[in-house]
Amino acid sequence: MTKIKFIEADGKEHEVEAQEGQSVMQTALNNLVPGIVGECGGFASCATCHGYVDEGWQSKLPPPDAAEEGMIACAFHVKPNSRLTCQIKVTPALDGMVVRLPVSQTSE
Amino acid sequence: MEERIVIVGAGQAGGELAAGLRKQGYQGRVLLLGDEAHPPYQRPPLSKGFLLGKVALKDLYLKPLETYERFGIEFKPGTRVEAIDRSTREISLRDGSRLAYDKLVLATGGRARPLSLPGLEGARLENLFSIRSLADVEAMRGGFLPGNHLVIIGGGYVGLEVAAVAVQSGLRVTLLEAAPRLLSRVTGPEVSSFIERIHRERGVEFRLSCEVRGLELDEARRQVRGVSLACHGVPERLEADLVLVGIGLIPNTELASAAGLAVQNGIVVDEYACTADPAILAIGDCANQPSAYTGGRIRLESVPNAIEHARVAAATLMGKREPSAAIPWFWSDQYGLKLQMVGLSTGYEQCVTRGSVEHKEFSAFYLKDRRVIAADVIGRPAEFMAAKRLVSSRAEVDATRLGDVAVPLTSIAA
Ligand SMILES: Cc1cc2nc3c(=O)[nH]c(=O)nc-3n(C[C@H](O)[C@H](O)[C@H](O)COP(=O)(O)OP(=O)(O)OC[C@H]3O[C@@H](n4cnc5c(N)ncnc54)[C@H](O)[C@@H]3O)c2cc1C
Repeated sequence: MTKIKFIEADGKEHEVEAQEGQSVMQTALNNLVPGIVGECGGFASCATCHGYVDEGWQSKLPPPDAAEEGMIACAFHVKPNSRLTCQIKVTPALDGMVVRLPVSQTSE
Repeated sequence: MEERIVIVGAGQAGGELAAGLRKQGYQGRVLLLGDEAHPPYQRPPLSKGFLLGKVALKDLYLKPLETYERFGIEFKPGTRVEAIDRSTREISLRDGSRLAYDKLVLATGGRARPLSLPGLEGARLENLFSIRSLADVEAMRGGFLPGNHLVIIGGGYVGLEVAAVAVQSGLRVTLLEAAPRLLSRVTGPEVSSFIERIHRERGVEFRLSCEVRGLELDEARRQVRGVSLACHGVPERLEADLVLVGIGLIPNTELASAAGLAVQNGIVVDEYACTADPAILAIGDCANQPSAYTGGRIRLESVPNAIEHARVAAATLMGKREPSAAIPWFWSDQYGLKLQMVGLSTGYEQCVTRGSVEHKEFSAFYLKDRRVIAADVIGRPAEFMAAKRLVSSRAEVDATRLGDVAVPLTSIAA
């Protein structure tokens, strides 16, 4: 069982069970985690599923592709560890991963 | 008794609202009623990845069924609401039963506008389709065979996306459009001709400024055999194995109007998603709302609008008042090329392009009074959010700098 912890910008934590093969965004949606919007449905077209992957986990993920990088470049509240959660697939190696969420997905 | 919120329509907006209420800690009952057999699902892939066979059915579902159960959302599929009784605060269902509500939210979306041609009244043609639901796509798929000739009536996004999938699936495609150019209501001539070109390169044929005069049916009146049309007055007949009609949407407002609520191109709501009846709200494709962006009223047909409108309604139902301030945006996908549009370009004075149309990587900015009112971003996703900022800030821009790819868009936005 793979667990992922989402931490909202105000510190509220949501530890949820993730299904292998699904995206981290879908995991958040399935568990009604506030702070992940996912307007485009997971096609790297909107940057409203943006999250910060905690140090230590970043190296376990495949690097972002061009589409993801493009969207992150212009997302709101970007940090060096920003990722689009729709582009991260859940694998057992991600058990325990922590994803922090930005103050807002849609404005500054 | 426990308060009950009843949501009519289990689509993008209804599903989002039910989830949003629970996310915000709503304690009462939440009932989500939908007349389809499925839980809320994504419609955009219906004319893109799902039609192409690249997105699986279960990946269309916005959330698995189990999620609704787990969070106490009483989701009832196959449940059609027939009427609202405002005096008793009850709705009646197709099976004759009645259901009480404290707050009612109409999230009924819309239906495809039918082709209105003499002789078609009441006909149920087996190879004439429109796409609004999963069931529609499933019905159409049987005819998606290589070599078949698909005639598409309507050059909007749905028609164009289906054209792209069809030629990639080996069909022959002819698209008929009444206006002299594609997407004429939503974009400028530069983008229209670009879109036309990428489709022509793949083999899609077009008839623009085209008037559809009639459909030729087989003897049993169950199949369309051909389409007769006229371009600039010159008559023509096209053979067709299947026909797709993509000529827009009619909002599902009948429940509201029968209940005496105002309807004008959608159910009329205020900036908090409320109708004139304080117990009834309306959201998504079916609602006509004030827009901070245009200063007037709009009815939008897009996922971002459905999500934002559901957020506004959730706030209202939680006793907060958070008007929508969102900028309309929309995306499309054709041949793997990403198109992202923000704002509404109606009334623009100047179009500035940035990047290379030739290389299918450019943005078109629509300016009015030196301000960017809308933008189409094609194959340059990195510029989309910056374009969104330019549109929302209404900052004055220098057209020359805007058109110069050497100047970062973010510095123009600043
Ligand atoms: C083929 C297609 C492609 C699209 N592509 C894009 C895109 O690329 N980007 C984008 O932003 N948007 C796109 N859209 C638009 C987007 O899907 C809609 O704007 C969005 O689904 C609107 O959500 P809604 O909840 O208002 O309506 P819907 O999602 O249509 O949901 C309404 C639901 O209510 C049900 N209903 C209606 N009346 C009743 C009743 N009386 N009782 C019970 N249930 C009822 C309907 O059956 C339906 O299930 C596309 C739409 C289609 C059809």
